[in-house]
Amino acid sequence: MGQHTTDNVAAVADRTPVIAGIGLSDYPKAPHLDATGHHVQAMQRALADSGVRKQDIDGFATVGMLGADEAPALAEYLGIDHRWFDATMTGGSSFEFHVQHAAAAIRDGMCDTVLITYGSDFLSRMGRVLGTGGFMQRAQRVSGPGQWEAPYGQTLIGSYALAARRHMHEYGTTSEQLAEIAVGVREYAGLNPLAMYRDPLTVDDVLASRMVADPLHKLDCCVTSDGGGAIILTTAERARDLRQPPVYVLGAAGSETHWYISQMPDFTESGAARCGPVAFAQAGITPADVDTIQLYDSFTITVLLLLEGLGFCGKGEGGAFVAEGHLRKGGRLPLNTDGGGLSSCHPGMRGIFLLAEATRQLRHQAGEAQVPNCDIALACGSGGWLSCIAAVILGREHP
Amino acid sequence: MMDVRSAETWQRPIPAGGNVVGEFWSAAAEGRLLIQHCPSCGARQFYPRQLCATCGGEPHWEQASGTGVVHTFTIVRQNGAAPFKDELPYVVAMIELAEGPRMMGNVTGCAPEAVTVGMAVRAYAVKVEDNLAVPFWEPA
Repeated sequence: MGQHTTDNVAAVADRTPVIAGIGLSDYPKAPHLDATGHHVQAMQRALADSGVRKQDIDGFATVGMLGADEAPALAEYLGIDHRWFDATMTGGSSFEFHVQHAAAAIRDGMCDTVLITYGSDFLSRMGRVLGTGGFMQRAQRVSGPGQWEAPYGQTLIGSYALAARRHMHEYGTTSEQLAEIAVGVREYAGLNPLAMYRDPLTVDDVLASRMVADPLHKLDCCVTSDGGGAIILTTAERARDLRQPPVYVLGAAGSETHWYISQMPDFTESGAARCGPVAFAQAGITPADVDTIQLYDSFTITVLLLLEGLGFCGKGEGGAFVAEGHLRKGGRLPLNTDGGGLSSCHPGMRGIFLLAEATRQLRHQAGEAQVPNCDIALACGSGGWLSCIAAVILGREHP
Repeated sequence: MMDVRSAETWQRPIPAGGNVVGEFWSAAAEGRLLIQHCPSCGARQFYPRQLCATCGGEPHWEQASGTGVVHTFTIVRQNGAAPFKDELPYVVAMIELAEGPRMMGNVTGCAPEAVTVGMAVRAYAVKVEDNLAVPFWEPA
């Protein structure tokens, strides 16, 4: 009993989860598509990219901004016959949570091939109101935990400003250091023909841009756009017959420190400090082994808190670390090589773009933006108001 | 106790109350700022809940002193929503109460640029309806 012959071992399929396909829908402005249209187009492109047949998808994860039943309605619309399903909604990090769950499901044999999609026509439908209000009616009654914030006129940008201000107070972080993040990401946007803003940016440009919610300037904030994405995961076994080199899921972990910003336990530390070490332990690597990072950049301060939490620098040292230029093109840890949310696109929830770009880098298909010798990439999403953070570590080599 | 002032007009969002939390808003209309204390584990919390978020026990109401310090803040300079767009710029702050828990609020009674982290503040209440007042903060 308990003896394995060589033949038996060889007969066990390699269920190591891999990303086999990526697709992005038209962005940053696509008035010809509604939200569902973005899901559809992204899925079609991911299928074409991977060589997976739609009929072979047996797992589905999605989230969007259409309403509570969007996920099952989309499964119906897309014609997905799923035996594993996930509608986890944590805002922009939803897709990193989906990968965490999908990787486990694939390993477990609950399904073989998972499609993850996102789509949003936010810019075309709503304009640029997400960050600075415009939703609330006069004297509207607000129920639930939102009632502890709504009477005070807080905005989305203002919520992140609370973290930035506290970080500056405790660690002496400066607006110039935060601006450096936007400047570096803009440099990569210049290499992405689709990016919303491509002209070079300086620290002075960021500081001279309008103050929206002190200490965050307009250019500390991401763009608002349309867009969508799709990721296809499957087993390493199946990926052998597909079109693209497989990108292995080495680690994935998530955490929630709060949902509403007023409940954030420590305004200078994100949940990346909790989930990052878990993901690194799974992957059996350290931050020094990572070749590129795709971090949620809703605001410059978001990047700073993720960097510190993930352990790429010490707590409170993010400002100095960024100013040393490590995240720039040619640096040792290039950040958001597609131009990020700060300059390329940010259609409400951006986490799926982080996974797509990390995959493109690991396939060595990133053209001018290619990070040399890129073997390991980390994608880290942030959802809500620095609330739900999830990190996914991906690699070129079979773990 | 909080000084209770009447709102000439109130066009901001109105807290809807609900399970457990209605008590907070009606107490504020009487000048009392309430937090919760858990007799089982000793934790104090805000916002109020049906359970102690630390141990799951049953929290009791406790009257806070109404004093605290600015833990962090922002000056909102852009908000498209009425009535706030007519009140720009204004301060949204996290106030750390003397008792420990934090709550969001506006700091009024001084120029927005005069607000600093660590600044001592005192609560007052603005009455929206007979049994509903919203806490605000001003320099202590």
